[in-house]
Amino acid sequence: MKNRKTRLAGLLGASLLLAACGTSGTSSSAPPGAQGFTPPKLEALKALGQPEGQLNVLAWPGYAENGSNDPKINWVTPFEQQTGCKVNVKPFGTSDEAVTLMKTGQYDVVSASGDASLRLVASGDVEPVNTALVPNYADVQPFLKDKSWNSVGGVAYGIPHGWGANLLTWRTDKVTPAPGSWSVMFDANSPYKGKVIAYDSPIYIADAALYLMAHQPDLGIKNPYALDDKQFTAAVNLLKQQRPLVSEYWSDYLKESQALKNGDAVVGTAWQVTVNLTKGEGAPLESAVPSEGATGWSDTWMVAAKSAHKTCAYKWLDYIVSPKVNAQVAEYFGEAPANTKACAEMTDKTLCDTYHASDSAYASKIAYWTTPIPQCLDGRTDVKCKDYGEWTKAWTEIKG
Amino acid sequence: MTALSAFFYRKPKLRLGFLLSAPLLWLGLAYLGALAALFVTAFWHTDAFTGQVVIEWSLDNFTTLFSDAVYRTITFRTVGIAALVTVIDAVIAFPMAFAMAKLASPRAQRILVIAVMTPLWASYLVKAYAWRSMLSGNGALNWLSPGYGVTATIITLSYLWLPYMILPIYAGLERLPDSLVDASGDLGARSFRTFRSVILPLTFPAIVAGSIFTFSLSLGDYIAVKIVGGTSQMLGNVVYDNIGAANNLPFAATVATVPVVIMLVYLAAVRRTGALDNL
Repeated sequence: MKNRKTRLAGLLGASLLLAACGTSGTSSSAPPGAQGFTPPKLEALKALGQPEGQLNVLAWPGYAENGSNDPKINWVTPFEQQTGCKVNVKPFGTSDEAVTLMKTGQYDVVSASGDASLRLVASGDVEPVNTALVPNYADVQPFLKDKSWNSVGGVAYGIPHGWGANLLTWRTDKVTPAPGSWSVMFDANSPYKGKVIAYDSPIYIADAALYLMAHQPDLGIKNPYALDDKQFTAAVNLLKQQRPLVSEYWSDYLKESQALKNGDAVVGTAWQVTVNLTKGEGAPLESAVPSEGATGWSDTWMVAAKSAHKTCAYKWLDYIVSPKVNAQVAEYFGEAPANTKACAEMTDKTLCDTYHASDSAYASKIAYWTTPIPQCLDGRTDVKCKDYGEWTKAWTEIKG
Repeated sequence: MTALSAFFYRKPKLRLGFLLSAPLLWLGLAYLGALAALFVTAFWHTDAFTGQVVIEWSLDNFTTLFSDAVYRTITFRTVGIAALVTVIDAVIAFPMAFAMAKLASPRAQRILVIAVMTPLWASYLVKAYAWRSMLSGNGALNWLSPGYGVTATIITLSYLWLPYMILPIYAGLERLPDSLVDASGDLGARSFRTFRSVILPLTFPAIVAGSIFTFSLSLGDYIAVKIVGGTSQMLGNVVYDNIGAANNLPFAATVATVPVVIMLVYLAAVRRTGALDNL
């Protein structure tokens, strides 16, 4: 009975999410900024010019490897040879760091997750992208295009690149039976008290909201990033109740990998790359998207409005989602590639199945990171939702 | 050149002003200027969505800081950790410094000073991560601490700042003439009485100097807590999260004034004991 209710709630949430995306993506009559804000007026590039010889890339670790971490892992040098654009890579650790760094105006392109992209669009740090100048855009999975985190009012602000879920991860030798629900991390009576590891970012409040969507339907949460006063309080209280269970919060994936390997933590939220890395070091680890669904990321390469190297930037956008390079990045980082032709280029042919790369049903189960704003993202206009500033304050309070 | 020096020789006040201008400019601009900028920023706020700083004067940040119980808890926790680290370091450092300054041969002294300083040459992160693995569930020093948390943080910080306590005390003890200790003994004082009435009062300024280092460094730390602190956080983490995560520079500035104020109070208290006069 409970299971069916959960599934129903999940379906309801998913369909509503789709509906919300539909309105923002396709309707042309909607006022500018269907997400509740009007982005600054900026024009996309009309035509490519001569490559400028330089490109400053701001990327998640593992997204722009130039052989400095591992001489065999290098897709930046071939790009430099093809285009003559010399690439400088700056890796960032969190979306918030990326937003702060983009404000310096020193970077031409950025790999933004959904919780950063809208902030970058709203502040005018990135500009619309002319997808006609990116030939490989045609092969990008349709279910990744025109989403609320990579476009505003039907205008694309970047090229989808890859996506994945924040997975429920556990030690198979310490956690039995295999958990099928996030309740192992949230239930006050969880047998793994003091051995839980949770993500250290205000955006983690959405994970609690997602759990409440399934377990307390009367709260009426439809989108874990659109929480009114009552829903927000419930999510925050759930996390405060979770705190005694938590051994530590992670923001550095290597630190988390070490904790899982040593058994200081036996269950938690992790990325595929962490799971692969830790398993590679011999720890018996398994991961899955549990019955409630999961939060996740869908990343977009965006062009800085102030960029002085726009031709090189567009060349990069096209190069990084080309089938072969997209496959290399996805394989190295551990995520689903955006390009439909990338799966054929993978060294390990099973990876696209592992990451559900072309499974739009699976993709719709993921609640992608989105910046919470006062205008409710689920379309409600009768209430005010909590913005990211308030999420951050609450996060300090949760940790105590 | 000689004309210039003759000119400055005749005008001592101008000479003094000229000599002091560079350090004063540095102190005024780089140091006090930065502090002033920090304090001013604390009265602004940011746009919730774009993250840009909005220059509007208000006391909202300070109201939040004082009304939310969580910031009080974090402040007390931070001061408690800093105080404990200072006490632990003083207790460990004094006998070590005493042995180095008074008991060791000059050759051994040099070797011991180098040995104390060696950890300073290694990266902070390597040392903190080493403690993380030693205190982990199957680590060698697991019995010291019940998992990651405040205890683990105190242990790690005490280790990290120990040299900053040993070296000032060592310098202070080295300046203490042996003849005073001998005189105390000749007058019939036992070793504890000599320690209490002669050595401790004369080296107290050195201990205070060390405590300023260990206390202020602990007060501002956030990395060790992130590595071995488990779920607990200190003032530094709140500052870091508000810059890194929330991009809320004004509130970070507000929180950052807390350790500054605590240090001012601490220095004032230390000054009243007269310890700073001997530095």
